[in-house]
Amino acid sequence: MEGVVGITGVGGVGGGGGGVSSGGSTSGSMSTVSKEDNLVMASEVSSYPDESELELGLGLSLGGGGGGGKAVTVSWGQFARILTAKDFPSVVSHCSASSSSSSPSSSSSSSLSKANFSAGTKRRAESVAAAASGVNQVVGWPPIRAYRMNSLVNQAKSPATGDFNSTVEKSKSKNSVVEKTNIASEKYNGNAKEKRHIRTSSFVKVNMDGKPIGRKVDLTAHNCYEALAQTLEDMFCKSTTFNGRRSSGGESDVMIGARRPSKLLDGSSEFVLTYEDKEGDWMLVGDVPWGMFLSSVKRLRIMRTADANGLAPRVQERNGKQRTKPI
Amino acid sequence: MNLKRNKESPESDELNGVSPFPDEVLERVLSLLKSHKDRSSVSLVCKEWYNAERWSRTHVFIGNCYSVSPEIVARRFPNIRSVTLKGKPRFSDFNLVPMNWGADVRSWLDVFATAYPFLEELRLKRMTITDESLESLGRKFPNFKALSLLSCDGFSTDGLGAIATHCKNLTQLDIQENGIDDLGGGWLSCFPENFTSLEILNFANLNSDVNFEALERLVSRCKSLKVLKVNKNIMLDQLQRLLVHAPRLMELGTGSFLPELTACQYAELESAFNNCKNLHTLSGLWDATTLYLPALYPACTSLTFLNLNDAALQSGELAKLLAHCPLLRRLWVLDTVEDRGLEAVGSSCPLLEELRVFPADPFDQDIVHGVTESGFIAVSYGCPKLHYVLYFCRQMTNAAVATIVQNCPDFTHFRLCIMDPGQPDYLTNEPMDEAFGAVVKTCTKLQRLAVSGLLTDLTFEYIGNYAKNLETLSVAFAGSGDWGMQCVLSGCPKLRKLEIRDCPFGNAALLSGLEKYESMRSLWMSACNVTMNGCRLLAREMPRLNVEVMKDEESEDSQADKVYVYRTVAGPRTDAPPFVLTL
Repeated sequence: MEGVVGITGVGGVGGGGGGVSSGGSTSGSMSTVSKEDNLVMASEVSSYPDESELELGLGLSLGGGGGGGKAVTVSWGQFARILTAKDFPSVVSHCSASSSSSSPSSSSSSSLSKANFSAGTKRRAESVAAAASGVNQVVGWPPIRAYRMNSLVNQAKSPATGDFNSTVEKSKSKNSVVEKTNIASEKYNGNAKEKRHIRTSSFVKVNMDGKPIGRKVDLTAHNCYEALAQTLEDMFCKSTTFNGRRSSGGESDVMIGARRPSKLLDGSSEFVLTYEDKEGDWMLVGDVPWGMFLSSVKRLRIMRTADANGLAPRVQERNGKQRTKPI
Repeated sequence: MNLKRNKESPESDELNGVSPFPDEVLERVLSLLKSHKDRSSVSLVCKEWYNAERWSRTHVFIGNCYSVSPEIVARRFPNIRSVTLKGKPRFSDFNLVPMNWGADVRSWLDVFATAYPFLEELRLKRMTITDESLESLGRKFPNFKALSLLSCDGFSTDGLGAIATHCKNLTQLDIQENGIDDLGGGWLSCFPENFTSLEILNFANLNSDVNFEALERLVSRCKSLKVLKVNKNIMLDQLQRLLVHAPRLMELGTGSFLPELTACQYAELESAFNNCKNLHTLSGLWDATTLYLPALYPACTSLTFLNLNDAALQSGELAKLLAHCPLLRRLWVLDTVEDRGLEAVGSSCPLLEELRVFPADPFDQDIVHGVTESGFIAVSYGCPKLHYVLYFCRQMTNAAVATIVQNCPDFTHFRLCIMDPGQPDYLTNEPMDEAFGAVVKTCTKLQRLAVSGLLTDLTFEYIGNYAKNLETLSVAFAGSGDWGMQCVLSGCPKLRKLEIRDCPFGNAALLSGLEKYESMRSLWMSACNVTMNGCRLLAREMPRLNVEVMKDEESEDSQADKVYVYRTVAGPRTDAPPFVLTL
């Protein structure tokens, strides 16, 4: 853990400071890293065997780790590459616990770090691999205005742990609105204050086993699992056989509605829909209330039922059962 | 024009350079000239015309704030009411320029306070402006009416509050895409209750909440409000209330389009949009989906500019929306609309002149989506009037671009960004030289070009040989050696701005433009092969240029990492921070 200690010493200004942090000038990059980011990175960094990668990773990724939940990654000038929440999914969720700069070793942070140890390592490797190619490495490329870049970073799916750094605008926290978007028929109670916490449209990646190219789906455009599954079936339906059968269970909603319960959800097709939650665990889609799902889902995977054995017990149970409607 | 009639003037008068007109008449005539290029030409005719022009000029445009000093401007133009200033090099938008580089408007305002106490308008782009400066704008300029800030930094919402508090005659407050310190939305509540003059209000890019009741009251009492762009915290039901107060809006930036209305509220919203018959510009639309977009349709009949940068629409949604916008001339979208969306553009927007497609996810490597060359081709078939394009994509071919410019030969602005640096034609694996060759050969009116992809010297030979109207060129990750840049410098007579990054151009290239740079606004070269010695040589040979170098940490002593060269009559900067070396 020496690496961590060393970096903690550099510590200093929270990565999320204001809208304008000192980017690019001389030794800027390291000193603008927040302590919390350093410590959070610890679990993953220490598992990373290559020392030079370690340093590189820290220099670069702290820009990204800090930037996952915040807007200022992009102004870290020369050294930092612009990463998004997706590069460090497990880290980002912890960065949000960085509101108290004085005690980065808060229990939530450390327990989460532990939980993510293995998952984090793998993802770290992936993201560094991604960084090794193409656009991700270059500062100021593609040439999109820094302001816009910040908006895009914040629009990218970031897990809502609610505890955002004070410098992250309130509008990014999505908890209070998530439930509202589902309930299309609920009367607006006229309280303007509650409307403040809007989550911008969130796209999550969806990959399907056997297909090299993934897609993205906008979760906020759906209000229930059926709708989501329907969209996914439409997206991936060309080469797969979902073979839905007509059923009268579908609810008609104001929002993008599902026409019938999805094969993906009831376990009767060859594929099953799973998701990775903010803790890095892969879960079957459909277990938790929709709103809770929205706030914890990081990405989706349409997995072969055979491979879903780790989650399999539920698949069998679900066979033929009607989905419970989300709250 | 009147000027030709006066042939009976004695020859001797004209030979002596005495104008046949009294100055007042000449000034009156010249006051009708708006274009600053025309005014520049006029001022060169003779001394009388120079004087008449300078006395009659009310608006001054300064493309590079360091090219001239505020004192010189004040001396030459005594009657200025409106100033436009641009500061930092354009690549500062992409974080290539460190903080505190300069371009602070403070020194300008200090001069203006005495020289132009009746200043009415200030438009800044890429300048630094502090809250103190904003406060002084409010306090020292009683006639101040219009403030527009784009890509600026150094200020906070407190400064906006100062403007709202002190500017009794404010008509425009236009705050776009700035590095603003957002301390809250209280600034909006600073407009006094008796304040009614606002015509343009744009706070779309501010993130914190304003007090909605204050906003509603403001909108309802400013009867001349023509432009209203709110931020994404304003919800649909609130928007509806605003629209009811301002049905004559010409430009609207909505807030969030998150579908959370009751059926009744939705109907009210539809009705409100139905009453907006004057809308020609629409933006905002955060979170808009098929659910609520239809509410907009009645308001789109006269739309000429649709900015969907903040609405990640899918192709179907876009297609349906565009069907209601027959008069569209400018369209900005995210690449979530994909090629199918662009096909809809091609079929629904025959009058389209400008298209900008931005990447929703610029850094996502593993998912292939966004737009490709097909989308662009589809637009070119359907929109023959297209002359401005900014296109971010992940793949392109030479053949596609050739087809595109054949369909649309009138391009004035062609900015193609293939997002993977140095990427070749993905079908033939060849460089993209022929693509840009086709552009410059076919589009004789081309003023602005941004190139990308794998490019050799050939691209630059083409540019130098054919792009005779080119004024702005942006190059990144391209070229094979000095020759390319030399071609451009020697071949493009109208070149004004050249910005280059990460190209193998060295001193020979830099120095080949010695005389050229005085006819240009500026040159930017970063991460190229230019050395300090090369820059010193340039500085020595051309005293009327400022040659500024910024070095990266850990670069060799001889390397000139970032070079910014610009012509100036103001001499070297007096406010340069330590990391800017003026040679």
